Amino acid sequence: MGGFKAVFKRELRSYFTTPIAYVFLVVFLFFSGYLTFKNGFFEIRQADMTAFFINMPLLFAFMVPATTMRLWAEERKTGSIELLLTLPITVTQAVLGKFFAAWVFLIIALALTFPMVITVFFLGNPDAGLIITGYLGTILMAGGFLALGCFFSALSKNQVISFVLSVVACAVLVFAGVPTTMNYLSTFLPAGLVSAVETMSLESHFESIQKGVLEFKDVSYFIILIIGWVAACTVVLEERKAG
Amino acid sequence: MISIKELRRSFGPIVAVDGVSFDVRKGEVLGFLGPNGAGKSTVMRMLACYLRPDSGTATVCGYDILKNPLEVRKSIGYLAENVPAYNEMTVGGLLNFVCDARQIPGNERKKALDRIVPMCAIESVYHQAIDTLSKGYRRRVGLAQALIHDPQVLILDEPTDGLDPNQKHEVRQLISKMAKEKCIIVSTHILEEVEAVCSRTIIIAKGKIIVDSTPEQLRQKYGCSLEEVFRKITRSKVA
Repeated sequence: MGGFKAVFKRELRSYFTTPIAYVFLVVFLFFSGYLTFKNGFFEIRQADMTAFFINMPLLFAFMVPATTMRLWAEERKTGSIELLLTLPITVTQAVLGKFFAAWVFLIIALALTFPMVITVFFLGNPDAGLIITGYLGTILMAGGFLALGCFFSALSKNQVISFVLSVVACAVLVFAGVPTTMNYLSTFLPAGLVSAVETMSLESHFESIQKGVLEFKDVSYFIILIIGWVAACTVVLEERKAG
Repeated sequence: MISIKELRRSFGPIVAVDGVSFDVRKGEVLGFLGPNGAGKSTVMRMLACYLRPDSGTATVCGYDILKNPLEVRKSIGYLAENVPAYNEMTVGGLLNFVCDARQIPGNERKKALDRIVPMCAIESVYHQAIDTLSKGYRRRVGLAQALIHDPQVLILDEPTDGLDPNQKHEVRQLISKMAKEKCIIVSTHILEEVEAVCSRTIIIAKGKIIVDSTPEQLRQKYGCSLEEVFRKITRSKVA
């Protein structure tokens, strides 16, 4: 437990002692706002945040790997991993510490989009429940992407490689579920497989949470995604010691 | 306090450590010598539970490195060869992180820091970021990090590399001072250092122990300086 806390504290602080946090926050907040208004936030003439949340999967598919690429690749490149893993900290504690620090950082970034919420409440009478589930869905999705990114960061010493692999993996999760892909797949795959791909993609789960439906299957999808990739990351790092 | 049994480890086709066994007792300072690539660092990394041996095992303070790596790491202070550290952190930040990880609470931490910072002479750089430090200061921070929890076992991989002559002298004095209550393994290429601080020497080459003796015995046996002894032994045996 002490190991987890130490890593978590150090990681979270390191976002703000390096320029990473500020560059990320500026770019993220700019694009989250820009895309919202570009998608016709005013034209819909509805006081809700659909136009805001709808961009999140694509935006996060690029932004999250940018924060995770350094998690392990940098440690291995600079050799600091030798310090980390010779302290009385288990690999699991270190992986979880890094994961949760990155997650909290992304939650801070999302919290800073509060002017959107204020705008919507100023303009009309939005459904607060929808906004809360919208944020919840986005946080869960960010966690899933983070776990994926952690894993790919542990695979390589090279940050560029881990970034590219994570973006591709996140994009596959997002795009596997869009109607274009579904239509294309259904031309040659049996219906059962197409719906299997759809259930495995992130889009349908994200959207149903967006609609305010908090179902067990959607939440558990993200939880399984997170646990699976974080566990895989731990295994890869443990194996590294032997290999 | 350290007992190594038939430790073996290879990297692909290269056998780095080939069946090394030895014991180190409390109060001993073991000088670990050998030409480049002899396997010194690999042995030390396995002792610090950073690498897993292919076969064989070791115990540190009674804890097995394979079965109980966490306890081993708690009782060890380890300074790696290239002084790994988080470059963006300040010296104080790093030491506090190590205290967090080693669960040294507030009161003890203050005492530990008050003891270790002057001991390693890093007061002047305490608030400086680590990547702005010179090689010598960086190594001293590494040393402070290894000593902060007052470990029973010290594993120092080339602790004086990159230090100026004064600092080298200080580090050697530090090691000699701690020698009585601790069990210390020092790897080095500087043979005068071995004569100055070590009570025992092990020379390894190509992953095997060639000599396990004391500096005095070696000198008497070969009738020349330690440097010549080292050359004679490693050249003939390796070639």
